[in-house]
Amino acid sequence: MHLDHTHDGPTAVSADAHRPDGRRRALRIGLGGPVGSGKTATVAGLCRALRDELSLAVVTNDIYTREDAEFLLREAVLPPERITAVETGACPHTAIRDDISANLEAVEDLEDEIGPLDLILVESGGDNLTATFSKGLVDAQIFVIDVAGGDDIPRKGGPGVTTADLLVVNKTDLAPYVGSDLARMAADARAQRAELPVVFQSLRTRAGVGEVAGWVRAQLAAWTA
Amino acid sequence: MSRAALLVLADGRFPAGGHAHSGGAEAAVRAGRITGAASLEDFCRGRLHTTGLVSASLAAAAALGADPVTLDAAADARTPSSALRAVARRLGRQLMRAARATWPSGELDSLAREFPKGAHQPVVLGLVARAAGLGAQDAAYCAAYESVSGPATAVVRLLSLDPFDASAVLARLAPELDLVADRAGEAARRVPSDGIEALPAVSAPLLEITAEDHATWPVRLFAS
Ligand SMILES: Nc1nc2c(ncn2[C@@H]2O[C@H](COP(=O)(O)OP(=O)(O)O)[C@@H](O)[C@H]2O)c(=O)[nH]1
Ligand SMILES: [Mg+2]
Repeated sequence: MHLDHTHDGPTAVSADAHRPDGRRRALRIGLGGPVGSGKTATVAGLCRALRDELSLAVVTNDIYTREDAEFLLREAVLPPERITAVETGACPHTAIRDDISANLEAVEDLEDEIGPLDLILVESGGDNLTATFSKGLVDAQIFVIDVAGGDDIPRKGGPGVTTADLLVVNKTDLAPYVGSDLARMAADARAQRAELPVVFQSLRTRAGVGEVAGWVRAQLAAWTA
Repeated sequence: MSRAALLVLADGRFPAGGHAHSGGAEAAVRAGRITGAASLEDFCRGRLHTTGLVSASLAAAAALGADPVTLDAAADARTPSSALRAVARRLGRQLMRAARATWPSGELDSLAREFPKGAHQPVVLGLVARAAGLGAQDAAYCAAYESVSGPATAVVRLLSLDPFDASAVLARLAPELDLVADRAGEAARRVPSDGIEALPAVSAPLLEITAEDHATWPVRLFAS
């Protein structure tokens, strides 16, 4: 019996840090943000960057299809048994925040079926700026916005932008074409988030997902410490 | 026994996975059988007196202490569609998770151990009612109400139906919900003397058939 293990029995309940067999469970990181901002592309990049050093798996939450899971399968970023799609009943934010049971089942089954995992990435189907992950489901969350969605999003704030453990401003390569002011986005994000980190990235450049992968490694180091 | 525990369990926001399921309403909407409040009411009435009655009876029997393994087999036998059997077990597992955190209980722990991938949802519901200090009638009410509230909520999303109309449908069904809960409770009380056969075995063939088809749709809003 572990100190932070409050539920005995065959299946763990939500946030317990240990699995029923006493092993520490995988770190769970959520990726949320508006549709099209680059969540799936970031997940794919993270899988490619981390799969040789970590045992990882992905859970997708699509709005009404299995597109995200199918994209990841097509790109072969991980073996198929490491990618699971959860159906969300037209409400992806419900499935990651208000009623997380289907997602918990998915992460539990992944750990049962493919053995010890270091990291599980949970992507939300994405609907609006208020969608955040429950602490019962993930240990840390990344909010992904892009420069093309309007450079006033950091200023507008909202729970995702303000409270996510990491804010990613994606598609910086497009900034010149859509007239987004990156310096202003950075200043607004700092004002909203105080000390919380922000990463500007373009998946079209060589650096790609590198900085975010570094952040994930640091989270994992803290989790296993 | 606390009356208020019934409100906690019956609340549509109780986090047990139901929000992702339409109870067959998505298939019925696509087929043109539900187009508005009136046809939603017909659909719900049909579901209530078939699936709803069976679920309510299983839940009541479980709440009265009938053997959950026997009840689970009885639920299997009363659910011809394998897609619906899988859904019932998935929802049972999700309810189990929420309930064990909400009303910790040895009985729930042992049922979870017996069925790691989930027992039929109504059977779990009956044991959850026990764990919450509720009675058989309460369990029957929860199951019967869920059998109509799920489709009603889903149709609000699927058809952009006026949510007030959907609530009015549920209110109009209330007297029949009483009836079904009573019949379920009576049947469950006969199980100790008459065996599991005392539980109703009515079914709605169209719901079973369309569930099999729905499970193959590549694009859908609801898991069932
Ligand atoms: N130009 C550019 N396009 C990107 C970048 N990241 C993602 N995309 C594209 O943006 C579109 C949406 O990305 P996706 O990852 O599916 O977004 P999601 O809905 O947030 O998962 C896809 O066509 C991606 O290829 C980026 O850094 N720069
Ligand atoms: Mg995506």
